[in-house]
Amino acid sequence: MLSHGRATVLAALVALLGLALCGPRTSGRPAEAAPVAYSATVPGSAVSFEMTPVPAAAGAAGFWIGRREVTWAEYDVFRADPQAKVQRADDPPPGADAITRPTPPYADESFGFGKAGMPALSMTHHAAVEYTRWLARRTGLSYRLPTEKEWECACRAGGDESAVKDGRAWVKDNAGAHPHPVGTRPANALGVFDLVGNVAEWVDSGSAALYPQVAKGGSWMDPAGAASCEARRVSDPSWNERDPQDPQSIWWQTDATFVGFRVARSFEAK
Amino acid sequence: MSDDTGTRREFIRRGVVAGGTLLAASLRAPAVHAAGSDAIGIGLVGCGGRGRGAAADAVRSSPGVRVVAIGDAFADRVAEARERLKELGEAGAVPDERAYVGLDAYQRVIATPGVNYVILATPPGFRPTHLEAAVAAGKNVFTEKPVAVDGPGIRSVLATYEAAKAKGLFVGAGTQRRHEQGYVEALRRVHDGGIGEIVAARAYWNQGSLWNKPRQASWSDVEWQMRNWLYFTWLSGDHIVEQHVHNLDVANWALGGHPLHAMGMGGRQSRISPEYGHGFDHFAIDYQYEGGVHLMSMCRQIPDCANRVAETVVGTKGVCELESGAKRYELVGGSGYRFTGTATNPYVQEHADLIAAIRAGQPYNELKQVAESTLTAIMGRISAYTGKAVTWEEALASSEALVPTNLAFGPMPVPPVARPGQVT
Repeated sequence: MLSHGRATVLAALVALLGLALCGPRTSGRPAEAAPVAYSATVPGSAVSFEMTPVPAAAGAAGFWIGRREVTWAEYDVFRADPQAKVQRADDPPPGADAITRPTPPYADESFGFGKAGMPALSMTHHAAVEYTRWLARRTGLSYRLPTEKEWECACRAGGDESAVKDGRAWVKDNAGAHPHPVGTRPANALGVFDLVGNVAEWVDSGSAALYPQVAKGGSWMDPAGAASCEARRVSDPSWNERDPQDPQSIWWQTDATFVGFRVARSFEAK
Repeated sequence: MSDDTGTRREFIRRGVVAGGTLLAASLRAPAVHAAGSDAIGIGLVGCGGRGRGAAADAVRSSPGVRVVAIGDAFADRVAEARERLKELGEAGAVPDERAYVGLDAYQRVIATPGVNYVILATPPGFRPTHLEAAVAAGKNVFTEKPVAVDGPGIRSVLATYEAAKAKGLFVGAGTQRRHEQGYVEALRRVHDGGIGEIVAARAYWNQGSLWNKPRQASWSDVEWQMRNWLYFTWLSGDHIVEQHVHNLDVANWALGGHPLHAMGMGGRQSRISPEYGHGFDHFAIDYQYEGGVHLMSMCRQIPDCANRVAETVVGTKGVCELESGAKRYELVGGSGYRFTGTATNPYVQEHADLIAAIRAGQPYNELKQVAESTLTAIMGRISAYTGKAVTWEEALASSEALVPTNLAFGPMPVPPVARPGQVT
C-alpha cells in the first residue's frame, strides 16, 4: 500500500491526468497553490479520515473527495453527538439550521457484517446528507456529498474505468457475499479506494426527497458488469421495504446493505 | 423419525403450496373480493407505529381489504393513526364514529359492524384479554407477537386457541419469519435431513438500546408506563419476551417443539436510570429440548457492543445459518443450500397468507405456536429474574399475574429490579 506522502505526490501527478480526462480547469481564477491531500479527525473523537484533491473538470470546480467510504467508526461519532437532535420520522420538521441525528436503529444496523473498518451502510440518503451537514457544522468546513458529476470525475480521473478488470473493486464475483473493510483493495491513481464496488455511494442530486436518490459505482452485490464509473442505481421505497413501522424510518433502511457514502468538500468554499 | 413427523411435514408443505396458489388467484380477481362477501374489514386495536404498519401491510397484501375501525388508549395516537392511514386512500379512511379512545376501546372496535379481521397491536400485556374478546365475538384475528407476558396470560391464550378452533376462526401471528421465503426454504431442507440430525441451536438478538419517551407532567404513572411499555414487565414481558421471541420462535420451529427446561441469567448494566423502569438489558439462557438438544439463547439491548440478530441450527452433517437482516438463509455443509430468490416482504406476506386462508375456508391458526414461543421466552425471563432453573410445566402453571385487573389511569409503583437468588 502507498504511504500517505507518496500517495499525495501521486495524486498531484494524477491531477494532471485528470485535466486531460475531465477537461480544462475553469479559467480566470488567480493562480494559487494546488490543494493537497490532508488528514483530519472526526470532531469529538480520535477517528481520522483522509481527503484527496480532485482537479477541476469541465463545468465542475476542483474539490476534495474522501479517500475511503465513511466508516461505522466515523458515522457512530455523529450518531452519539448529544448536541444534535434525534429526529423521529413523525416529529415536526426541524428548522433549516437544525442539525439532526439518527434515531436508535432497530435490530443490528451492521446486518451481521460487523463494524471494525467497515463502511457504514444501508442508511438513507437523508442520513448521509445529515452526516455531512453535521461534519460541516462541527469543523466549520464545507463538507457535503459529491455531486454525481464530481463523483464520476473522481472515478475517471483515478483511472477507475478499469477498476474491476484491475482488481481494485469488491464486486459479487470476489466479495464472497458480504461488504469488506474500506481500503482493502488497491487505491486508484488518485489514491482513492473503493469508488467502484464495495458499497455504492450516495451522491447529491439537488433534491431533498427521501426517494428517489442516486447511488453510484455498484456494490459488493453487483456482478462486474454493473460496477463502474457510470453505474448508477436509483433508490425507491423498496430499499426500506421490511421496516414494519408506520411511518417508516427516515434514517435506516432494511433492504439496502449495498449502499453507503463518502464525503466531498469544495476547494473554494469555507 | 416417526411417520407422524413425515405426515406433519407433508401437511405443512401442502399448506404452503395451497396458500401460494390461492394468493395468486385472489390477485387475479380483485373486483370479486372488493365488494363481495369476502370483503375484509380491519378493526385495529393499538394505533402505534406497528399497528399502523400492520394495517397498511394488510391492506396492501390483498384486494378487498379496508380499515373499518380503530382504537387506542390515547387520543393522540388515534388522531395520528387516522392521519397516517389516509395514505391508503379510501381503504384507510376512518370516520369519527369508528375511532375509539380509552382502555376499553378494543371492545368497541371488536363490536363494530363490518369488522371481521381484528389486528391486535397494543403492548403485549393486554393481548390475552384482547384475544379472548375478539374470539368470543367470533372475529378472525391477526395478533402481533408476543401474545402474553406471564403464565396466566399464556393459559388464557391457549384456551382462546381452543375456542377459535372450535368456532372455525382464523388466527395469524406477527412472527413474520414464518412467512419469509428464505426461512421457509432453508428450514424445509433442514427438516428433510439436509444437515443430518439436529443436535443444537443458537439464537441471538443483540442490539443497541431503543427509544424512550420523556415523562410529561400530565401523565399518570400508568400512562407513563404504557407510553414507555418496553421497560415494564407487565406490559412487555421484558425484551427477551417482546423482541427475542422472534428468534426463539425460529428455534422452536427448527427443533419441532418447545423447550422442557431453562436455566438463565441476566441483569441491567447500561439502562439503570429510572426512565428505563425495571427491565433488564441483557439475558442469556440455556434451553433444553426433548432428546437432550440444547438451545443457547442470548439477547442484549446495550449500545456500542457486538450486535447479532440471527439463528443457527447445528446438525450432525452441517449447520443452518439464518439471518433475516442480511437475508442470509444458508445450509453450510450437509446438502448445502443458499436462498437466492427474490423474497416478498414477510410483513405483507403474513397477511396475504391469512387472508387467502380465510377466503378459501382453509383452516389456519398460528395461535398455539406463537403462545408456545412466547412461553419459551417467559420461562427464560423467569429463570433469569429468579436465578432458578424453570421447567416448561412450572412456567405454564405459574401463578405470577403481572397485569393488573381493572386497570385505570392513576398511580402505579415501579417494581424493584429483579435480583436473582433473592426472589422466591
